[in-house]
Amino acid sequence: MTDVATLKKPESKSAGTATITDPIAVRPRSVARPLLYSALVLCALLTLLPFLWVISGSLRSLDEIRSDPGAWLPHHVTLDNFTRLFATEGFGRFLVNSIVVATIVVLGNIVAASAAGYALAKLDFAGKRIAFGAVMAALMVPFTAVFVPQFVITVDLGLADTLTGIALPAMALPLSVFIMRQYALSIPDELLEAARIDGAGEFRIFFRIFLPLAGPAVATVTIMSFLFSWNNFIWPLIVAQSTSSYTLPVGLAATSQAAAHVTDYGLMLAGAIVVMLPVLVLFLFLQRHFVRGIAGTGMR
Amino acid sequence: MTTVVPASPRKDRRSRGARRTAVAWLFLAPFTLVFLLYTAVPTVAALGFSLTDLRGMDLRHPFAVDLVGFDNYLRLFRDDSFLRDLLNTGLFVAVGVPLTMGIGLALALAVNSGIRRLRGVFRTVFFAPVVTNIVAVALIWQYAFHANGTVNEVFGAVGLAGPNWLDDPDLAMPVVILLGIWRNFGYAMVLFLAGLQAVPREVYEAAAIDGAGRWRQLRHITLPLLLPTTLVVTVLLTVFYLQVFDEPYLLTNGGPLGSTESVALYTYRQFGAGEFGVSSAASFVTLLLIGLVSVVQFRLLRPRT
Repeated sequence: MTDVATLKKPESKSAGTATITDPIAVRPRSVARPLLYSALVLCALLTLLPFLWVISGSLRSLDEIRSDPGAWLPHHVTLDNFTRLFATEGFGRFLVNSIVVATIVVLGNIVAASAAGYALAKLDFAGKRIAFGAVMAALMVPFTAVFVPQFVITVDLGLADTLTGIALPAMALPLSVFIMRQYALSIPDELLEAARIDGAGEFRIFFRIFLPLAGPAVATVTIMSFLFSWNNFIWPLIVAQSTSSYTLPVGLAATSQAAAHVTDYGLMLAGAIVVMLPVLVLFLFLQRHFVRGIAGTGMR
Repeated sequence: MTTVVPASPRKDRRSRGARRTAVAWLFLAPFTLVFLLYTAVPTVAALGFSLTDLRGMDLRHPFAVDLVGFDNYLRLFRDDSFLRDLLNTGLFVAVGVPLTMGIGLALALAVNSGIRRLRGVFRTVFFAPVVTNIVAVALIWQYAFHANGTVNEVFGAVGLAGPNWLDDPDLAMPVVILLGIWRNFGYAMVLFLAGLQAVPREVYEAAAIDGAGRWRQLRHITLPLLLPTTLVVTVLLTVFYLQVFDEPYLLTNGGPLGSTESVALYTYRQFGAGEFGVSSAASFVTLLLIGLVSVVQFRLLRPRT
């Protein structure tokens, strides 16, 4: 093996010694390692800059941002922006709307995805391929291509400008079905078969045997559908037509765009913190669900 | 426990199969309902709409809508702002995809190169932008990149006058693309990390015994074995970027002078103006582009064996 390799590589000067010395020990780790760490730390700091700016900016007073807009750190720390934010007309409403929509979406996904995922993984039936094809199609059809008819349908259903209209299309995300199906595939058939022989019906098996085992997948689905709903911007922007049905991101974007060039940055940054905090906190504690859910399927 | 009733076994099996199918579709009902309403019907309808003169006000009077053939498409390609938006979107893809992938790959290699300490921390930090709310991020970037913002503070510190990034037609697009990269490189990194972890350690050990250095290992083992991952990441990022909406809408609203307006933003504006037919035609162009680019990328990057 080694001989063949050295023959193939006449350009390697000390092919003979390389076979004797431990190749791993030869490497100049002592230099490369700190260099690697410094590069990574630098990249990490650059990535985190916007987070530093939003924290420091949201803690600066209106006057301070006006007189010295570019300062990286507050001269005096104040929570004034947050107090003003929660006193702002409509803000509480946006927050409640976002929470209501996210709750409907999460519950819908748990029900729809666990049932569909279970059927796709564990039941034999006519049209199974078509059903799985539908999940894949739903994963792939780009939102940009379909939002106009989606809106028309929402209007026809009488759901324009309602929270239900905002939540409905996201209540059975293909990503959730996919996660559930993958998880259900990992549950041994024998377990379900045993119950079937004992005479248990499919619904009983689903509720009594599958669901209690599906905890981890339910957790991933909960987190992914919450993330989707909470961060979704363009669909609520299209459906919500009056401020009474704005979600938090839509309300925040509308407020800042209405203000155009006289933006009250402190207030906006405080709003930004409130919007991003729930997801970031979840992410810090439940990272593996995010990575599994996002990297596993190619969807955000 | 076979039944004593003299029913033909075939018929019995068939009726049990029908029952099973009915039960399965009952399980699938909620998903199927949402799928039909919000994916299947809209996909067909989008094509239909694009061939009509449907307008927002027609929703109450569906019979006032006429078929107009390919007029909407002709109108699109005679519209200078649509052509400009196509170019902008192309620029976003051409610059954004390679940079996002390059950064993602480099960081995946670095994080995967045997460091033990802080590894989880790095992964968390680089992935955080992916899950951060885009409206919040865009507000932060507006604060940072405005004429007297935190970014220009750095320029000021070294005695330079920083530009007015978001109001300059030449500089706004780079900032919008940078936001796209910042938001997506962690996603590319995680996919590359998954790809790297699938490479068996023995391959590297064998190469090291054969005297292959780090660089040779990277070129001749890691990168070729990552080709399938690279293909997936390329296609996914291209599909994201071809539909780019949030970044330009929130950061610059397509301005200044339309220099950052994307096709998706054009589609949204036509929709907002009540031009549902034109808007659907524009979405269909996006859909065709996505399909075309994906097929080409699969052809080009498919492992040649």
